[in-house]
Amino acid sequence: MAKTLREVIKETVKFHLIKKNGLVFGQCLTAVGWVGGTLPHLDEKKGLVDLSMADVANGGIVAGAALSNRRPIYVIRYQGFSWFNAPIILNYSCKSKELWGVPSPIFIRGIAMEGSIGPVAGSSHNSIYYKMPGIKIISPMTPLEYKYAYNYFMKQDDVLYVSEHRGSYDNKDELKDILPKNSDLILFPISITRFEAIKAKKILKKKGYTIGIANILWIKPFKIKKNWKKALNESKYGGMVIDDDYPEGIAESLAYKLMENTNKKVTSLGLKNKSAGFSKQTDNLPPNANEIVNNVIKFIKYKK
Amino acid sequence: MINDNNYRLQVFKKASIARNFEEQVIANVKNKNIKIPVYVSAGQEFIASSISTICKIKKIKPLIFGQHRCHSTYLTFGGNKAKLIDELLGKKTGCTSGMGGSASIHSKAINMYGHDGLMGSNGPVGVGACYATKKPTIIFLGDAAAEEDYVLGALGWAATKKLPILIIVEDNNYSILTEKKIRRNWEMSDVAKSFNIKGFNLNDNPVNINRYSKYFFKQPCLLNINTNRIYWHAGAGKDSEKTFDRYKSEKKILGLEAKLIDNNSKKIIKKLWQKHLEK
Repeated sequence: MAKTLREVIKETVKFHLIKKNGLVFGQCLTAVGWVGGTLPHLDEKKGLVDLSMADVANGGIVAGAALSNRRPIYVIRYQGFSWFNAPIILNYSCKSKELWGVPSPIFIRGIAMEGSIGPVAGSSHNSIYYKMPGIKIISPMTPLEYKYAYNYFMKQDDVLYVSEHRGSYDNKDELKDILPKNSDLILFPISITRFEAIKAKKILKKKGYTIGIANILWIKPFKIKKNWKKALNESKYGGMVIDDDYPEGIAESLAYKLMENTNKKVTSLGLKNKSAGFSKQTDNLPPNANEIVNNVIKFIKYKK
Repeated sequence: MINDNNYRLQVFKKASIARNFEEQVIANVKNKNIKIPVYVSAGQEFIASSISTICKIKKIKPLIFGQHRCHSTYLTFGGNKAKLIDELLGKKTGCTSGMGGSASIHSKAINMYGHDGLMGSNGPVGVGACYATKKPTIIFLGDAAAEEDYVLGALGWAATKKLPILIIVEDNNYSILTEKKIRRNWEMSDVAKSFNIKGFNLNDNPVNINRYSKYFFKQPCLLNINTNRIYWHAGAGKDSEKTFDRYKSEKKILGLEAKLIDNNSKKIIKKLWQKHLEK
């Protein structure tokens, strides 16, 4: 029976602690829920370390621990907490190898979710990390993608930001690119929007549009696959990068890179330019299938 | 016995290397051989000299996390002098391959880790390294860097985990030209005590520093050591010609032997600088 992403993450963390003498740091790790069921029920003796609530210091503590070859996994419960957790990681760990020849590799589990949880805790915040040197960013949404991310981390010595989303934890399926010939438009969804992109494609098909999906796993470095480039160049109208972060960061940057490498226009779609509140009426959610559909149609009409 | 004249001379010997090195740095800033911002430790060198001497006597090779004004830390813990000269001259043969300059000195040979430029970040980074390795660790901070919120958070966690860590606050009373009393009404030694860390406020007399060595690396310990800087950043100026200078004071107390050590260090350092400038 296929395993859920949640089970795979839990097994990966356990493997890291038991078999690799690794460390796992974070806040409230052993509290109710064990971070959405993604942590094994182990304790500090086994390397599962509860930190204090001092977020900025904690990022630095993990950066220091990473100098020890114990390759810490750092759990950031809500990606928005990166505003406090990222400074020392980005300025110390990410630069350590280049400045001093000493790697400080960290597997950062940045966990996104949304829905009535306010302006900081909701959504992905990948773009905080994106512009800085010495970091790689990946957003696995499937069991195999997660295993790949971990194995990749263990084989090299850079900081890897792993952009997770709680909405994907129950997923058991692998998400493959769908790149039909002569499509109208190619979607380039990131993180949780990959699931909505599949729904949007189906809706758009009923409306007579042929849509392709190129799943963005690697955000940084961003490599444009040959078949993506071909599909985009052969599409009628171009592409759309979809993110659950504000688009004025990664989404627009990737759209620009896609345009630079093809002869097509690529637009972007992400969170609305507003702060999220703590209620359904005031949420700022990632683009859902209907929003994607509407924006695709609007883009195609504009291009016509 | 560690607390005797021999100890004091050992400390002075290290301090004399550091002081004469820094005098050469200032001279080479003035004649424009050094073209980068420098942060000299002259005036504060008895802190690192004492701590490194104590570590040597106790046969402890700690992990060291310094920040700017750390030339004396590097030199007194045994860092290669020639490599520091090259570093300040921006050469690839420098201890940090010309990347670190004066403020970000790194040396694998002496377990000294470079600093990223965020004041006080070496606090949490040092705590993390100490936690993961359980090795004796020293963090050198200035009195201003110690005010960073993340330093305080890291101290609290070091206390909780009872780490073998020594936090040295080199308290010269100034952040650039802003005095401590303008910035805060509390002392780091009191903050340490509130975290259940052994915390002490003392001056940079090497004998005084040694009095607290019994607490080193058994549990977290913080020494707030009051000292004086001789030069401002980049050698741009001085606080006052009347600033108390521990180096002159110790030289006077230790007499002829110290004078000979000073003269010898001066010759060695000057020759080394000349050699590397001519390269």
